[in-house]
Amino acid sequence: MEDEQSFSDICGGRLALQRRCYSPSCLEFCLSCPRITLRSLTAVTCTVWLAAYGLFTLCENSMILSAAIFITLLGLLGYLHFVKIDHETLLIIDSLGIQMTSSYASGKESTTFIEMGEVKDVVINEAIYMQKVIYYLCILLKDPVEPHGISQVVPLFQSAKPRLDCLIEVYRSCQDILAHQKATSTSP
Amino acid sequence: MVLKAFFPTCCASADSGLLVGRWVPEQSSAVVLAVVHFPFIPIQVKELLAQVQQASQVGVTVLGTWCHRRQEPEESLGHFLEGLGAIFSHKPWFQLCRERGSKSWSCKATHWQGPTSHAASGEDQVMLIFYDQRKVLLSQLHPPAVLPDRQAGDTTASAGGLAAVFDTVARSEALFQSDRFDEGPVRLSHWQSEGVEASILVELAKWAAGPVCLLLACLLSLVSAASACRVFKLWPLSFIWSKLSTCEQLRHRLEQLTLIFSTRKAKNPAQLMRKDLIGQLADALIPVADHVAEELQHLLQWLMGAPAGLKMNRALDQVLGRFFLYHIHLWISYIHLMSPFIERILWHVGLSACLGLTVALSILSDIIALLTFHIYCFYVYGARLYCLKIHGLSSLWRLFRGKKWNVLRQRVDSCSYDLDQLFIGTLLFTILVFLLPTTALYYLVFTLLRLLVVTVQGLIHLLVDLINSLPLYSLGLRLCRPYRLAAGVKFRVLEHETGRPLRLLMQINPLPYSRVVHTYRLPTCGCHPKHSWGSLCRKLFFGELIYPWRQRGDKQD
Repeated sequence: MEDEQSFSDICGGRLALQRRCYSPSCLEFCLSCPRITLRSLTAVTCTVWLAAYGLFTLCENSMILSAAIFITLLGLLGYLHFVKIDHETLLIIDSLGIQMTSSYASGKESTTFIEMGEVKDVVINEAIYMQKVIYYLCILLKDPVEPHGISQVVPLFQSAKPRLDCLIEVYRSCQDILAHQKATSTSP
Repeated sequence: MVLKAFFPTCCASADSGLLVGRWVPEQSSAVVLAVVHFPFIPIQVKELLAQVQQASQVGVTVLGTWCHRRQEPEESLGHFLEGLGAIFSHKPWFQLCRERGSKSWSCKATHWQGPTSHAASGEDQVMLIFYDQRKVLLSQLHPPAVLPDRQAGDTTASAGGLAAVFDTVARSEALFQSDRFDEGPVRLSHWQSEGVEASILVELAKWAAGPVCLLLACLLSLVSAASACRVFKLWPLSFIWSKLSTCEQLRHRLEQLTLIFSTRKAKNPAQLMRKDLIGQLADALIPVADHVAEELQHLLQWLMGAPAGLKMNRALDQVLGRFFLYHIHLWISYIHLMSPFIERILWHVGLSACLGLTVALSILSDIIALLTFHIYCFYVYGARLYCLKIHGLSSLWRLFRGKKWNVLRQRVDSCSYDLDQLFIGTLLFTILVFLLPTTALYYLVFTLLRLLVVTVQGLIHLLVDLINSLPLYSLGLRLCRPYRLAAGVKFRVLEHETGRPLRLLMQINPLPYSRVVHTYRLPTCGCHPKHSWGSLCRKLFFGELIYPWRQRGDKQD
């Protein structure tokens, strides 16, 4: 069962939330971030090349121009591979755990899996981010030493940064599964 | 309640049989380790499982049945499989079934009530998780945080969640020894049935490695015995060797080599020095030394004039300047005397660079130290002169004020001096005060030069430390066999049809490179600067000599 909705992030960019329900106990949310625009790419390239041309007129050394081309290419490749995240996925499997995957624009994927035994709760928190106050969804992990304490807070969807309406959608589905999991784990 | 069944991917194409593995009740998950094929005698299966259980401390039992249906469905097989549940009683009893040629799986888990009621009261939903048995067997899980209160002597696999799965598979080596192609009473299918063959060359190399290692270990023990003999512990040699960083590095390298041929560890392969490189280096050294000496001479001429517009005391200036110039002249003549032999010496020294890049860097550091030996001498002269002057000044300043340093009480006491003592003391005080700028300037210049040389040597030492502590084997393992070092797992949902159980694929998430370096970092030589910045500034101000790079176990000056 697949569902797609469109939301916006904290800066106003468009986000698409895809929700896939494999079974009552397994749910996947895929949030796609706004793509890299032609305008920003052209702007950065023009700036770098104008600066290089300015240096070239000062120094009369043509190596600067070749170096600028290399820098632009390598910088773009590095940005696509290490910085630009294409979409973020959250997979919740009842009685197994929660998995977060970030896929970069070059295809690289980085995955983290948290076992259900370590998850205390999934909550929406407020935070001060630069000059804004934003909401973010996070997973609270249990403290092995203290039964009611929290050892770590793991924020979700850090590069997509959706707004509250999107977070509420995800939060409701997560809470359904967590409640079901808690109910079945206490029963013998 | 949802039950989890971990199923090895190698058994997905195996023929029908019994599922053998371990049931973990805390996670309500069953880890399937192998499939026992027909025909079998139940008594023998139970014996084999008891043997495996004793050998590996893992509670291996029969978990259920596995049915890989052919084109024509066999009704009798179905009833037979159900009847097996009575022989091997296990709660819950799994019945996995796969249709041949399609991807549809079905799986049921029933709680066996008794021989009277065959109705499955209490059927639970099952989630199938596929895992690569060989990779999980070989991989080592690195948990993000180590629990501080883990009990020692905890031999049973009671760790949480997925660590239990990894542990179960890793400990069940005894089960994987016999295969379905072996002539045993019980035919099993597991990852060995996939037939991973080793190459003949690798096998031969493994056999040859034993005697070769033994021979090399003998040679190395001879070398280390020779170097540990008493002759080298006599004073001049031991002093020189403690100052040269090359010898420290060689010792470290010898230790590493003796370790290499007994265990598996990384080594730096480098053959940097070739004959023509040595010649070029030797040819380059003399002009460099000349250039350094010439620059120093220019510097001294500048100091003897009016440096930076300051007016120096002419007489003292000339004395100090000429003294240092004569020193440089001696040094240059010494270098020119040695120049025919430099190439030969460098070649022999460079041979030892085949022991690694770090030895070559240490040699470079020592060459820099030897080339700038005159800077070190000048620094010592300047520092001692300045130190004497400062001590004299402080003592005469106390006399000027009518006080004295009480050595017994370690404090300043008042004292009445005679008139002639006061007169001479004040005269000397004024002389020293007016000569202070000249001495201080020479001290400052030579200290800066010495600090520059020390910084360069320090950078080389840092680089050597970095190379020494880099875990090349672990990095190579992470590059070539990423499943061996696991940070965790990741799941992928496979094709899903409604009404069928949920199928997931469990893959190993490899450790990121930064964590590999952090976890497996080798212990370094440990040449750290012993002073803090505050004490360094204090020593510089009072003219005490600084030795920033001390090896462990050196005596203080």
